[in-house]
Amino acid sequence: MSTLAHVFEAAGLSTIVLASMKEVAERIGPPRTLYCEFPLGRPLGKPGDAEFQTDVIRRGLALLDATEPVFETHPTVIESDETPMSCAIPPRFDPDLPASVDEAKGLRAAYDRAVAKRGTTSVGRTIGADDVPTALDILHRWAGGADWKELPVPGGNLLGVCHDVRTYYEEAGLELVEGPTPGGRAAEAWFYETTEAGKTVMAARAALKEAGAPFPLWFYMAPAHR
Amino acid sequence: MSGDATMRQFGATAPVPEFDDPAFTPFPVPLSEAKVAIVTSAALHRTHDDQFSAADVSYRTIDRAERDLVLGHWSPNFDRTGFQLDLNVVYPIDRLEELEADGTIGAVAEHHYSFAGNQPDTVSELRLDTGPACAAAMKADGVHAVLLTPV
Repeated sequence: MSTLAHVFEAAGLSTIVLASMKEVAERIGPPRTLYCEFPLGRPLGKPGDAEFQTDVIRRGLALLDATEPVFETHPTVIESDETPMSCAIPPRFDPDLPASVDEAKGLRAAYDRAVAKRGTTSVGRTIGADDVPTALDILHRWAGGADWKELPVPGGNLLGVCHDVRTYYEEAGLELVEGPTPGGRAAEAWFYETTEAGKTVMAARAALKEAGAPFPLWFYMAPAHR
Repeated sequence: MSGDATMRQFGATAPVPEFDDPAFTPFPVPLSEAKVAIVTSAALHRTHDDQFSAADVSYRTIDRAERDLVLGHWSPNFDRTGFQLDLNVVYPIDRLEELEADGTIGAVAEHHYSFAGNQPDTVSELRLDTGPACAAAMKADGVHAVLLTPV
C-alpha cells in the first residue's frame, strides 16, 4: 500500500494510506499516513460500526490538507482477540468417519446459511464446499503417515485447499457464534485450537515438515505464529 | 507472541523498497469537490473474475455498485472474518457513499481497485507497470484522492 502511494503520487494523485504496520509505513514513508493499530485484516477497525469507520476515514481525509509528508496515528488501539470464539460445533454423527470429516459435514447447513445470507463465498479458490470433507480426509491420512506425494489433495494446490477449508469453517462458524462480534483472530483461534479440522491441518502440517516437504508448502498451511 | 505482534515484528525488519526522491502531490481541489477512489490490497475480486495467484502483481477493477466480492489474498496471517461480517471494514465503499451524500466529498469514483498485498520483494512490476497503469485509469476517471486500505 505504501509503495502504491508513492507510485500514485508520482502520477499526480493525492493519497492517504491507512497503515496497519507502523515500521513498514515509517520506512517506506508514503506522503500521507494514518497509522491505525487495529487487528490485521480490519483496516477500518470495527466491522458493523459505521460511526467508527467514518471517523477513521474523516481523519484520513483531513491529511489531504497537509503541504508536506505527514504521519499521524489514530488514537484508538484495537487489539486482536486470540480467545477462541464461542461456537457450538455439531456433535459426532458418523463415528466411522475421521472426526474432522464428520465435523465438516455437520457444518454444511451453517455454511449454506452463510452463503445464502451474504450472496457469495470466499470458498472456491481451489475446492468448493463439496470437497472440504474429501480434503480433510486426505489431510487426516497424511497426519497418519500417508505419503503426501502419492495422495494429493483435490485440485492439487495445498495452500489453496487450506484457505478453502479454513474459510468454509469461518463462514459457517460466524453463523453459529454466540455473543458479541468476534474480535480479530477469534475465529482463527477457534479453528486451529478447537475444531477437529484445525487440529487435522496442524497435524498434517507437522507430518509434512517431518517428511522433509519444501518449507513454503507446509509453513503457509497455517499462520506464522502457529 | 500474538499473531499480529508476530507479523508487525516481521514487518519491522523485512526488506522494503526505497524511494530516493518521493513525489508529493498537493491536494488540488476542496474536499467537497474531490472525487475519491479506494485502492485495497485485500485481493478482493468478483466471483467470476480471474482469481489472484500467489505473488500476483496485477489488479482488479471494482465497479462502484459492486458488493458481491470475495477475498482472494494468499496470506494466512490476518483476520478475514471482519471482511465476512462487513465488507466496509476492508473496503469502505458504503461509508464513502455516505460522505458523498452529506457533501463531505464531491464524488465517489466510478471504479475502485484491488491488488494482492503479498507482492514479490522487489515490487518492481508494481512500481513500473501495474501501479502506473492503475494510476492512469484513476486519472482518466478524474480521481483526485485515493484512500489506500491494506491487508
